[in-house]
Amino acid sequence: MTASMIDPSVVIETAGLRKVYGTRVAVQDLTLQVARGEIFGFLGPNGAGKSTSVKMLLGLVRPTAGDARVLGRPLSNVDVRRLIGFLPEEFRFYDWLSAVELVRFHGRLCGMTAERLRTRVPEVLGRVGLADHASQRVRGFSKGMMQRVGLAQAIVHEPEVLFLDEPTSGLDPMGRRMVRDVLRAERERGATVFLNSHFLSEVEVTCDRVAFLKDGAVVMTKDLRTHQNDAIRVVVHAKDVGPLAMSGLEQWAQNVDYGGGELTFTVSSQDQLPDVLRHLVTSGAAVSRFTAEEVSLEDAFVRIMGRDAGL
Amino acid sequence: MNSLLVIAGMTLREAARRRILWTALGAALMLLAVFAVALRLQVLEFQTRPMSPFVRYQVESGMLMVGLYTCDLLAVVMTILTSIDTLAGEMSSGTIHAIATKPVGRWQIMAGKFLGFVAMVTVYVALTFAATAGVAYWVTGVVPAHPLHGLVLITFECFIALSLTFLCGTWFSTLTNGVVVLGLQGLAFMGGWLEQVSGFSQSAYVVKVGVISSLIMPSESLWRRAAYEMQTPLAGSLSFSPFANVSIPSLSAVGYAAVYLCAIVALAVYRFQRRDL
Repeated sequence: MTASMIDPSVVIETAGLRKVYGTRVAVQDLTLQVARGEIFGFLGPNGAGKSTSVKMLLGLVRPTAGDARVLGRPLSNVDVRRLIGFLPEEFRFYDWLSAVELVRFHGRLCGMTAERLRTRVPEVLGRVGLADHASQRVRGFSKGMMQRVGLAQAIVHEPEVLFLDEPTSGLDPMGRRMVRDVLRAERERGATVFLNSHFLSEVEVTCDRVAFLKDGAVVMTKDLRTHQNDAIRVVVHAKDVGPLAMSGLEQWAQNVDYGGGELTFTVSSQDQLPDVLRHLVTSGAAVSRFTAEEVSLEDAFVRIMGRDAGL
Repeated sequence: MNSLLVIAGMTLREAARRRILWTALGAALMLLAVFAVALRLQVLEFQTRPMSPFVRYQVESGMLMVGLYTCDLLAVVMTILTSIDTLAGEMSSGTIHAIATKPVGRWQIMAGKFLGFVAMVTVYVALTFAATAGVAYWVTGVVPAHPLHGLVLITFECFIALSLTFLCGTWFSTLTNGVVVLGLQGLAFMGGWLEQVSGFSQSAYVVKVGVISSLIMPSESLWRRAAYEMQTPLAGSLSFSPFANVSIPSLSAVGYAAVYLCAIVALAVYRFQRRDL
């Protein structure tokens, strides 16, 4: 157990979390930290292990190896779940219940009193845009409406940590905006949000920080608030790029590729660009053009995952 | 404890909505009507010729056992068909995810669901048993010898089937679960018959096969004990049928069934605690 595992500002922490089903490795090595009050995006293509990771954090799936804590407590702790809300990827429940009955049932499981639920249930159904459908049976609900009622049951008990697995799949643009507003309101209340999503543009505007998951391991985390970790893609037209220039580049650059007089690579900060250019020139490269641009989340995703990442 | 009762209440509501329950109740009503007509015809037949009250009483008691046996069979099948989906179905559909991530232990989820079905099965068996015995009393004036013993044993038999659908539900899909538990019920039925046959043939090997079948699935031996408790002492020796006993399960067999029920429920909880959802 690392020292940070008892740090109260760290809400979710995993170290070498791993899940193997038979011979198939679903999660290779999940090591990450999520700070209190963050909206944390968890990105990856289909089959990268996102849902399995969330299920492990929620105690639904038993890890094969590794260690993890949520709110400082191990995953097997049942009481900590009073402080956790969860919206599964495809929320389903007994379809003969009305929206009010469904949310009330989940609130009661979280230990809420009948008196508190009387005011709280209509309040959350209003927040997810179902006030007019509160007494309708969920049997007649569309997929988007089920996601909304699922979100309502996830936040009814005012959890400290909210896990959402693809919350906007099945929602129209208005629904997506509603989810975004709810997530921001939850963060303002002090909640931490762990968000699995495929919608990169949405993650970009909603999340404070994101982690990229590939083949069951976190390959990169990126802070979207400070842009400190933003990758800069550099394209250099140059001749005479020798081994000295290439080997020296490694101290700043990643994903280096040289061919046909074009040298491409990424660096993590704008501040490194003068040093990189100086290095290339002093090591003998004849530079004719040097361009640099920030990599968007989608560019970063495609670069990390490869072009056909199953999005 | 509160959460357990919340889950039990919800399970009871869910179970009470199952179409199969209402179909079984409808079937029970139809069979009851056939049973009443048959009894009435028998009574009318008896009135046309002179007959010893003793023989008449034995025949009518025998017919009552036919009605109660039908009631028992229907209750067991209804129990299996309504409960096969409760764990297996909710795990495959993902419905369980929203419940198992609440501050509720998995054992509480299992116990709550089990209690919900126990309540439903108890009410169902009590209703159909009372209706069958009531019709027999109304038409013929005959009552089972120890109706409460019989009622408890039949309900107990349904709990055995229920515990197995819960255990198999932690392993198999809904359909496989149903096939496995109905198969076990078939094994118990065959075991019961083999023990009856061996009562006549005196074959030690057949007895062994029957006993082993009853150990694997003790539900049928509970019925045979219930039949023994409910019928007149003479009736058992009159005929060779599943509701008349040549080989009567002892109280130890009932004790074994109780231990079996506890073990199966404990194993189901253990499996559910450990498995991935």
